[in-house]
Order: sequence, then C-alpha cells, then structure tokens
Amino acid sequence: MTILLRPNPSSGVPIYLQLMEQVKHSIETGALRAGEQLPGIRPLAEELVINPNTVAKAYRELEHEGVIELRHGAGAFVSANARGKKLTDKLKAAQPIVAAAIERLHARGVTDEEIRRLFEAELAGVTKTGGRSE
Amino acid sequence: MSDLWAIETADLRKAYGPIEAVRGLNLQVPTGSIYGFLGRNGAGKTTTIKVLLGMARPSAGRATVFGLAADAPQASVDIRRRTGFVSEDKELYDYMTVEQIIRFTAAFYPRWRADLEQRYRKAFELPLDRKVKALSRGTRTKLALLLTLCRGAELLILDEPTSGLDPAVTEEVLQALVAHVAREETTVFLSSHQIAEVDQIADHVAIIHRGQTVVTGALDDLREHFRRIQLVFDGDAPEPSFRAPGVERVLRKGRVLTVLSSAGSKQIVDEAQALRPVSVDVVPVTLKEIFLETVASED
Repeated sequence: MTILLRPNPSSGVPIYLQLMEQVKHSIETGALRAGEQLPGIRPLAEELVINPNTVAKAYRELEHEGVIELRHGAGAFVSANARGKKLTDKLKAAQPIVAAAIERLHARGVTDEEIRRLFEAELAGVTKTGGRSE
Repeated sequence: MSDLWAIETADLRKAYGPIEAVRGLNLQVPTGSIYGFLGRNGAGKTTTIKVLLGMARPSAGRATVFGLAADAPQASVDIRRRTGFVSEDKELYDYMTVEQIIRFTAAFYPRWRADLEQRYRKAFELPLDRKVKALSRGTRTKLALLLTLCRGAELLILDEPTSGLDPAVTEEVLQALVAHVAREETTVFLSSHQIAEVDQIADHVAIIHRGQTVVTGALDDLREHFRRIQLVFDGDAPEPSFRAPGVERVLRKGRVLTVLSSAGSKQIVDEAQALRPVSVDVVPVTLKEIFLETVASED
C-alpha cells in the first residue's frame, strides 16, 4: 500500500505531473520524510493501474528537481538535500496565501471549477485583461 | 532493424476495391510503450492491424514491425512468431475446456511462460474444467489474454480487448496489461474506442479518422499542450486569423470565440489581447474532448 493516490487521467493534467505533485505534497505534509524510500516503479504502476513509463518519467523529473534520489538498483529515496527543503518552506509560506484567496473567492460564490479556470488563465498570462474590476 | 519503433507505418494505404479503408496512415509506436490506437468504428483500426499481421497487403505506403516489412512473406512469419494477437471476437476453440485449451496452445510455443501461466490462472480465477463455449464474456476475454500473454511475445496487438466487458473485468484486464508491461519487455498496441481505458494506461496514442492519423503523440504531451481558450467580447466576436502555431479549430458564436490549440495557450492569448476581449478563459482539454473534436466534427 502506498500513500500515493490514483491520478485522474481525465483532468487534463499530465499524469506524471500529478504524481510529482503528490510526492511533493507528501513530503510537505511529512507523510514522506528525507531518506525514506518511495515505492518501486513496477509496484506503483501496478497498484495505481497506470503506465510504468509514466511513473519512471515522474521519478526522473523529481530527481532532476532534486526532490528524490534514484539509487541504481536500490530504488527511489526522498532527497535529504537543502534544495528540496527550501522548496518546501517556500511552498509552505505560499499555501496560506492561496488558501486565503480561495476562501475569499468561495465567500463570493465562486466555485472550485471557476477558481481553477481563473488560475489557469492567470498562469497563461492573461493578467491585463481581467477587465471586470470589482 | 529498428529498435526504437516496434511498429512504424508511413503513408500506409489499403483499398478494398473502390473503398479506401486506410488512406495515409503514419504511426511510430515506441518499443516498450502502451500505445492507444483510437478511432471510431470503421475508422480503419482493424484493417491496419490486418496489414501489420500480414493478413492484408497494403495498396501503397509502408508498414514495418520490428523493422521488418509486414508484407514480405518471410518477414511476416517472423513478425507473427514474435507477436501476440487478440482479435475483437476472441476466437477460441469452443469445444475444449479451459485446461485443455491452455495445454493445447502452450504446445505451439517453445517460449511458453509457465510462470506467467501460473500467475494469470490464479489472478484471473479461471474455471479450468469448464468448456470454453460456456464461459462468460469477461472470462473468455481473460482466457484469451492469458493465452496471448504467456507466449513470451515482444509485441501484443489487442483489438478492442475490453469491448463489452463490465467495469470490474475491464479494470482486471487493464491491471494485467500494466503489470505485464512493467515486468516483461513488451510493447502493447491497443486498438480501442474506449477512451477512458486508453487515457488510464497508455503512454502514447494515435487518433485515426477515416483511415488517416489526425493526432499522434505522447499522451502526457497532449495533456500538456492541448488547451481550449475562450474569449468573450463586448459585441460580436471578431473573425481573427491567428498566426500562432497549433490552432486546431476556431469557433465563433455571438460574443464568444473559442479556440482549440494543440500548442499551449500563451501565443494565442498574446495575439488575442490585441482584439480586446473582455474576458479570457483557458482550460485544459481531456483526451475525450480531443477525440471528439478531431473525429466527430466533419460528419
């Protein structure tokens, strides 16, 4: 049994990105700690019923970002280095900001789906157009 | 000999008399991938598979499996020896029992994998004494899959493997395929019109429509790059001609302009700013939507 959940293939978000986010989130919450081993590619692919190549890609990208280490023949481990931790601190600090924004939007009756679309649009660089100032 | 592509076709064509079932198909199936071959009924999926297996000769173009020409008789023997195939109707000898057909089939294949046979017998909970003709559709599919997976084939070609199965059996079949690919060095070429299952286990896809490839690529790349951009204007939407790459479709309806992009949204949004929309929305596009947009619209 792993702590990782089944990705949602039809969300429009690449599955390897969903897996990467889950691993990062698990590290943030402490469900995964530095030095701990992640599930192997094969067992994880079998358990989540997703393509093993996709799991391998997520692990490669996580290694590239310094979040995990792939030790040849031994598997994947949560990285102990500072960069991963710093990233976590940064995200920890950012989370209340996002949470507060979402709470305010909810209070105005904006739905989760609408919030998601707003975030997507903002990230796509549509900042100047949001013409309706309230 | 190409190790990169398990299957490759270039401008493949197949006509039956005046009817062109396949008309310019370009596929590159990476070795080791689970490749989803998507299309509506009659899009040319089964014809393509027949060409790959040497059961139909291409009218033009090229089809290779393991780098071998699919229409060369000697090469075709080699291709079929190294490829496991499950047809849509799962043809099996109805008069045999499950046990008998397993033994019968095993005898044909020197590389038969007794270890896998044991695993799938257990996993699929097959009733060994029952006659094949008395099996439910789900059990029949699992048996056909066992017979194919145990051959030790390098390539599995599965034509609509889960059609008509209930969700629980479908999940079992998908699980077996993922587990198989994770442990063995196998490429799976899976034709289907069940988008959800392809979405779940494939890493590469091709969408074909009327015998032609309309979308191909790594599934995660498609998820990353396909976007729907909705622009709302104060008055009637303008008729823009976007220079940005990847504009697949532009739909204009009253004050709303919807753009389907296969290359992200940034450039299109940048261009759209000049048109002064009052709102811009960007949403991801699912495989199902990509499928519907690319195969359903011209009818």
